[in-house]
Amino acid sequence: MSQAEATTARPPDASEPEVVVEVRDLRVTFQGRVGFFEGLRGKKGTLSRAVDGVSFELRRGEVMALAGESGCGKTTMARAIMGLQPVDGGEILYEGKPLPRDLKPYRREVQMVFQDPTGTLNPRQTIYEIIAEGLRIHDIDRGPNGEPEEQLVARALSRAGLRPPERFFLRYPHEVSGGQRQRVVIAGALVLEPEVIVADEPVSNLDASVRGEILQLLMKLRDDLDLTIIIVTHDLGLAWTVADRVAIMYLGRIVEIGPAEDVLLRPEHPYSKALLDVVPEPGGLERPILTGEPPDPTRIPPGCRFHPRCPVVASGRAAELGIEDRCRTEDLALQDVAPEHSSACYEAFARHGSDATTG
Amino acid sequence: MSVLAVKDLWVTYRTQLSEIPAVRGVSFDIPKGQVLGLAGESGCGKSTIAGAILRLLPARTKIEGSIELEGEDVLGMKPGRLRAVRWTGASIVFQGAMHGLNPVKRIGDQIAEAIVVHQQAGEKQALVRVGALLEQVGLPTRRMRDYPHELSGGQKQRVMIAMALACSPSLVIADEPTTALDVMVQAQVLRLMKELQSELGLSMIFITHDLSVLVETSDRLAIMYAGKIVEEGPADMVFHSPQHPYTEALAAAFPEIGDDRFRRKPMGLGGDPPDPADLPSGCSFHPRCPKAFDDCSTVEPELYPAGERRRAACLLVPAAKERAGAHA
Repeated sequence: MSQAEATTARPPDASEPEVVVEVRDLRVTFQGRVGFFEGLRGKKGTLSRAVDGVSFELRRGEVMALAGESGCGKTTMARAIMGLQPVDGGEILYEGKPLPRDLKPYRREVQMVFQDPTGTLNPRQTIYEIIAEGLRIHDIDRGPNGEPEEQLVARALSRAGLRPPERFFLRYPHEVSGGQRQRVVIAGALVLEPEVIVADEPVSNLDASVRGEILQLLMKLRDDLDLTIIIVTHDLGLAWTVADRVAIMYLGRIVEIGPAEDVLLRPEHPYSKALLDVVPEPGGLERPILTGEPPDPTRIPPGCRFHPRCPVVASGRAAELGIEDRCRTEDLALQDVAPEHSSACYEAFARHGSDATTG
Repeated sequence: MSVLAVKDLWVTYRTQLSEIPAVRGVSFDIPKGQVLGLAGESGCGKSTIAGAILRLLPARTKIEGSIELEGEDVLGMKPGRLRAVRWTGASIVFQGAMHGLNPVKRIGDQIAEAIVVHQQAGEKQALVRVGALLEQVGLPTRRMRDYPHELSGGQKQRVMIAMALACSPSLVIADEPTTALDVMVQAQVLRLMKELQSELGLSMIFITHDLSVLVETSDRLAIMYAGKIVEEGPADMVFHSPQHPYTEALAAAFPEIGDDRFRRKPMGLGGDPPDPADLPSGCSFHPRCPKAFDDCSTVEPELYPAGERRRAACLLVPAAKERAGAHA
């Protein structure tokens, strides 16, 4: 039912969902810093593999949630998609073509909404100037139907729910509330009529009662403008309310990806289960909690990168299944465990009798 | 006897130009060993209440009403007595754990300082107590020689909790203790606090905007809006069958995964939290309330009984209607 709703947004003749952005085996590493004298002696900082081989596709008109703990690489991933982050390997395809050297036209199509609206908006610019800046950077002085700049700005503001838009033209960011500020940020993204919006924790800085409205706005924009939205979040409850598909990241890899209902209600990866177990809810404190700190991307363990914290390994269930050695030593990739739903876990493979476990 | 009794508390911040009422007639009490969850959005006055209990508010702030900590009037205390009561009578775990620690002092010494200042032990004994406290919050004793930068965010919050427990206070106030932490670490810290609370029989005030966290940790819940308590009662009843439309909206902001009512339907309220300097007439929630009717903009609701050990400040509560009927 909900599946059907999602497909209606796509062109009726397309049997396969149209892929807007495709990420193939993407890698981003950061070089740690060393002291000045150590540097002179030729010492190099430790390499941090923030994104370490991520592949997925973003389909037109869908809302995808990218979730995980801090340090799992989800924000780096979002920045890489925006072309804000040099990548060390793999590629990003937009509408089937690799990203060009000159990213300017691409950036018009793919816009970002950041976490902290107060930090994103220039306090000395009026809201009109802030919205119009995007148009000016891209040398747009007329809309597709010859509309003047003022009309384009007004349209973006009212699409973002700031009505009547003229009332906001001459205001400064500090004169509007937090929720309205985030709407200004969204209007700034909308004014260029993008195809894709990358929203990095778009509501985590907002008050609880205002969050729902901003999420409703994103959902409405998706429906009205056929936008494709990727939401980076640590909040799986939020993913439940908005996402069509959910990808769970751990230490620079996607460990599970699939339709939101599958991943959130029938998780296949022990890490997804652990994340779901810590979503606060009545009686939730009785459930197991992973111990230890968020993992360190400079020291990625061999084998399955989750094995040092994995309850399946710790409980001895992995040994029973005879997969423990592989968990500890053999790296693994995502495999289908159900239609559209893949996971990177030997235990899940064993449960679904995937023959690929031998390969 | 209750550990803390707050009666008709009014807190007004004074600026050069105006007076801003942040807390407007709040009453509650906390029996020994109980946890009260105080929920609401930024600006609703919840942190102001915490500040008032420990008298941490700016000097010009006007505080009216009464706050009794173990039967002793906090508002009438002389500075010396107040200093003695802070940390031994009531302590607080702030939200920015990262910034609450002195970066150039070993954490063991920082915790010991509180113990020594309150003359609960000499320096040597204090360090022994610090070791025990760190064990209690799940850090190895040897970490007392670490500096704050050597600890992760979750570990620093554990140190802050150890510090709050250092002088065995009868009341611990936790003001958004987990907001800056990562999801997994948040769950660990919450569990730790819950365990310590039941182990030591602590009385606590737990402040956050995340209702789902409060349901896990609190016995009773008080929901605040624009400086007033709008609903209170046993935690899971308030969360699962809210009587006030604002509670309902707040609960919907943290939906349970698997609840079909929220699938692809994020719920939110229109509008923004009100400006404390310019509150709406009548019920201050009425401009955002989906159930508002004519009377809401003129009649200011009080907390009416709304079921067993529950009260709600909404004109739609049956007790409110009865009272209106009696007046008419």
